Amino acid sequence: MADTTAPAARPAPPDASAGPAAAPAPSGARRWRRVTPWLFLIAPLALLLTFTYAPLANMVAYSFTDWDGVSPELSWTGTENYTELFTRPELFEVFFVSGYYLVASVVQIAAALYFATILSFDVRFRNFFKGVLFFPYLINGVAIGFVFLYFFQDGGTLDSVLGLFGVDTGHAWLGTPFSANTSLAGVSVWRHLGLNFVLFLGAIQSIPGELYEAAEIDGATRRQQFRYIIAPGIRPILGLSVILSVSGSLSVFEIPYIMTGGATGTETFVIQTVKLAFQFNKTGLASAAAVVLLLIVLAVTWVQRRILPDDKVDLV
Amino acid sequence: MNRRTVLTGSIAALALLASACTGSGGSSRGADAEAPDDPSEAQGSITVLTHRTDLVQDGTMEAYAAEFNKTHPGVKVEFDALTDYEGEVKIRMNTENYGDVLMIPAVIEKKDYPKFFASLGSRAELSGKYRFTDYSTVDGKVYGQSPIGVVPGFLYNKKVWERAGVTDWPTTPARFLDDLKAVKSRTDAVPYYTNFKDMWPLTQWTNVNGSVSCDTGATTKLAEGDPWADGADLRVADTLLHDIVRGGLAEKDPTTTNWEASKPKLAKGEIATMWLGSWAVVQMREAAKQAGTDPDDIGFMPFPAQQDGAFCAVTSPDYQQAVNVHSDHKAAARAWIDWFTDESGYAQANLALSPLKDDPLPEILRPYQDAGVELIDLDDTKGAEVKSIDNSSEVGIYKPDYRQDLVDLARGARKGGLDDFLGDLGARWAEARTSLGS
Repeated sequence: MADTTAPAARPAPPDASAGPAAAPAPSGARRWRRVTPWLFLIAPLALLLTFTYAPLANMVAYSFTDWDGVSPELSWTGTENYTELFTRPELFEVFFVSGYYLVASVVQIAAALYFATILSFDVRFRNFFKGVLFFPYLINGVAIGFVFLYFFQDGGTLDSVLGLFGVDTGHAWLGTPFSANTSLAGVSVWRHLGLNFVLFLGAIQSIPGELYEAAEIDGATRRQQFRYIIAPGIRPILGLSVILSVSGSLSVFEIPYIMTGGATGTETFVIQTVKLAFQFNKTGLASAAAVVLLLIVLAVTWVQRRILPDDKVDLV
Repeated sequence: MNRRTVLTGSIAALALLASACTGSGGSSRGADAEAPDDPSEAQGSITVLTHRTDLVQDGTMEAYAAEFNKTHPGVKVEFDALTDYEGEVKIRMNTENYGDVLMIPAVIEKKDYPKFFASLGSRAELSGKYRFTDYSTVDGKVYGQSPIGVVPGFLYNKKVWERAGVTDWPTTPARFLDDLKAVKSRTDAVPYYTNFKDMWPLTQWTNVNGSVSCDTGATTKLAEGDPWADGADLRVADTLLHDIVRGGLAEKDPTTTNWEASKPKLAKGEIATMWLGSWAVVQMREAAKQAGTDPDDIGFMPFPAQQDGAFCAVTSPDYQQAVNVHSDHKAAARAWIDWFTDESGYAQANLALSPLKDDPLPEILRPYQDAGVELIDLDDTKGAEVKSIDNSSEVGIYKPDYRQDLVDLARGARKGGLDDFLGDLGARWAEARTSLGS
């Protein structure tokens, strides 16, 4: 610190903005200061590279080969996998299944918003209800799959509960494509509602309390408070939730894979990709499919951001 | 200078570098695993990968190892039991560390056997003594040996069938259907249980291949013709499955079936019939003991088709044991395989067909002997080709998907007719066959 006068004593070099860097001792300190964040970042970056980017790069590389997943030999096939993918329209038909999940995610966001708004006001047992709503999100997806398998079984939980109300449908819940996909999408709503709910609740609670007080003094009803304070206040989070839901609907996997394995018209694009890779040993083609899915998700997100730009919200 | 570009660039470069390190390694091929001349001299510690987690947990495998050590004191055997055997071993086989002895995963293509496994000897030398050598022979050398053989067939509850008034095995698919109808009308049992949800039990239907035509060249026929041509084995099998489900003779809701729960149900007579294999008889009898019913109620019958007045049943290997080509103790590993196949009594303990040609039939197949059922060994020289066509066409005769579709079709959850469905499978099969140039 004592040498701050030093540069002033000398004619200023063109890059004078570098300032005291000329002095040897502090330069070492500065270098350390520059390096320190990177030292802290080494561990997470190494993990990120090893477990996210390296496999991704590998996958992209495999998508240009005919690798079968085990054979020590693989040959370069250029864009053949991509050509095959795009000349087989039936491989993209499974995206219709995503429609069920897309509709479900609309329901999910609406329900999450509803609960978040209600529980942001002073309601009795609100913490209990918060817990109840968030809890399913903490359960492992595989466990949820098994639980709901019993739920939908013939004479299972759902049938018993309906039986209590005197309804005896005898319906095979996973029996037809429509019923099965609706049931599975319902499970998905049950599971992911909690995450949306917490996001919305956090956003709502970050709105300063004075706004509500002021609104109440002005005689605004709850409905009006929602319309003019909460809704604009949580727009960025709403936008994020929509993006997550759309990309989530395109890449549904866990729940249908555990519960039906893709039978009875519940096959999603990811299940199809897994089957290509691990049943039919077409790892190259499956990698290409995964790359295409990634690109589709990126494209959808980009379009969405274009249509709904994420404005700065200024409530006050 | 844009720091972000530099950062992204360097991350991409590092990622590529890291991925380059994970590429496939070189291959050593052509090693032999020769049996030691003197068993007491075999040395080393070997790891055996196995799918029988149950036997490792209850100590049965340890007991086998102890028995093995009596004649091979220098070999230390360790077991590595894997629940998801296929999935885990497939990934481990990208490295050199996949045990010393392992079961050949179904995913490995036959032509790759020499790259992964050490040869156990020439086919000419082994086929005299052992069954199933065909299934692991590449260029005249054998790479694996199954410790047991299985015979596909229907498991049925004898009491239920008797109550329905059926005492003789049906001899045609039509009669089989009539018998199931009798079971349905005269008893409370579910005539046939598909195990749709667990998938692999549906895959077992492919094992019908050969039983209808009684032709040892059935696998070759798959490689050279349409498996769903009129009268072909798979068409007969798939039609029967379709008709069972269409006729309402299967369980009410196939989509939520449960394999473990199905065992006591068969034992108690709540389920009358399931298409599985001889390997399942032990499990069903065990379930019967636990449920407190008579294990002898579990019966086993061949596919309802006869040639010249006799049933045919195909014998096929289970997982085949092989020696890792990278193993440091190949002689010890080989000694284990030989001992396990010849002397362990594993086949008898599982009531399974012994891999030794001279051994007598197991007790559960005695009714077969009495009824004059002909046991045939399929010629598997074209087995690898069939698998290639199967994967390339994405039909999946060794996978559950198309049969799940078939069941859906039969119960009206999927549009279309049986002929179109099987015709489409045949067309895809033919297309893949031509594109593979066979």
